[in-house]
Amino acid sequence: MGSSTHAADVAARDAPPELRHHFVDMEAQKEASALGMWIFLVTEVLFFGGMFTAYVIYRAAYTRAFEGASNLLDLKLGAFNTVVLILSSLTMALAVWAGQQGKKALIILFLLLTVLLGSTFLGVKVVEYKQKFARHEVPGPHFVVPMDEATHQPLPRQAEMFFSLYFCMTGLHALHMIIGIGLLLWLVARARRGDFTVRYNTPVDMVGLYWHFVDIVWIFLFPLLYLLGRHTL
Amino acid sequence: MSRQDNGHGSLGAYFGVFAALMVLTALTLWAAFQHLGIWNTPVALAIATTKAVMVVLIFMHLRSSPRLTAIVVATSVLFLAFLLLVTASDYLTRTWIPIYFR
Repeated sequence: MGSSTHAADVAARDAPPELRHHFVDMEAQKEASALGMWIFLVTEVLFFGGMFTAYVIYRAAYTRAFEGASNLLDLKLGAFNTVVLILSSLTMALAVWAGQQGKKALIILFLLLTVLLGSTFLGVKVVEYKQKFARHEVPGPHFVVPMDEATHQPLPRQAEMFFSLYFCMTGLHALHMIIGIGLLLWLVARARRGDFTVRYNTPVDMVGLYWHFVDIVWIFLFPLLYLLGRHTL
Repeated sequence: MSRQDNGHGSLGAYFGVFAALMVLTALTLWAAFQHLGIWNTPVALAIATTKAVMVVLIFMHLRSSPRLTAIVVATSVLFLAFLLLVTASDYLTRTWIPIYFR
């Protein structure tokens, strides 16, 4: 970019209102936003990574307890939620696509569909958590060591460790979903106000990146929490 | 740095990825009930990784993003590998040395 004062003046006069003065153009601004978002997602990968590491260590140490405890999770609800979340990633991708076309009504429609699917996921999660409380499978003073469905013997007591990790990992994931739904509703309000056009739709794009990341976390959580012991049944 | 494509994914690609993700979800469910010995978890992780890569490339537009973004994404994989491998090299190898035998 040339640094002549005149060129800078012309650029400033013609700049779109969404363009911050320290960026050369909208393209550069968007690339900076995307880079910042991706770096945030790297920290998120490591945030969840700590829990996945704990999972690997304890599962390696207490394999049978983990397999048996995993079989007590509701596979149908887990699989249903996987489908719901992947579908919500599709509607999010479509919202970003609509943003790039500047189609206001479609942006709002796809964002609301994503909110609906995300809420469905959380609703199913509530049902699952309630079930766990009712069966005394929640770690703590009321925890009762469950029976192994494969051998009909009580599981090793480290089954409690599996449920600790289950609640921490799915709880942290659900917290991300709640934040994501908040962000989606904020986008809906902005879209209604007419903030997003062909020229400027970065926030939709960035929340999209976040939402897909949360979907990816679940893509790994589902087999690691729900499926690991099914072959022993 | 490629600037020509600002992540405008095509609708066909989105629906294609969605269909593939559904098929892979069904596949991982089926595979979980097969007796694959030690291979159950590697197979499940391979399927999950395939799904994650598709989401990153198409839904998250990495395929049409600047190469710098790809480097950032690679960083996350690299550091996650450090975290897992260095921790595992301690915990999972303790019983290899007789003095720690339980």
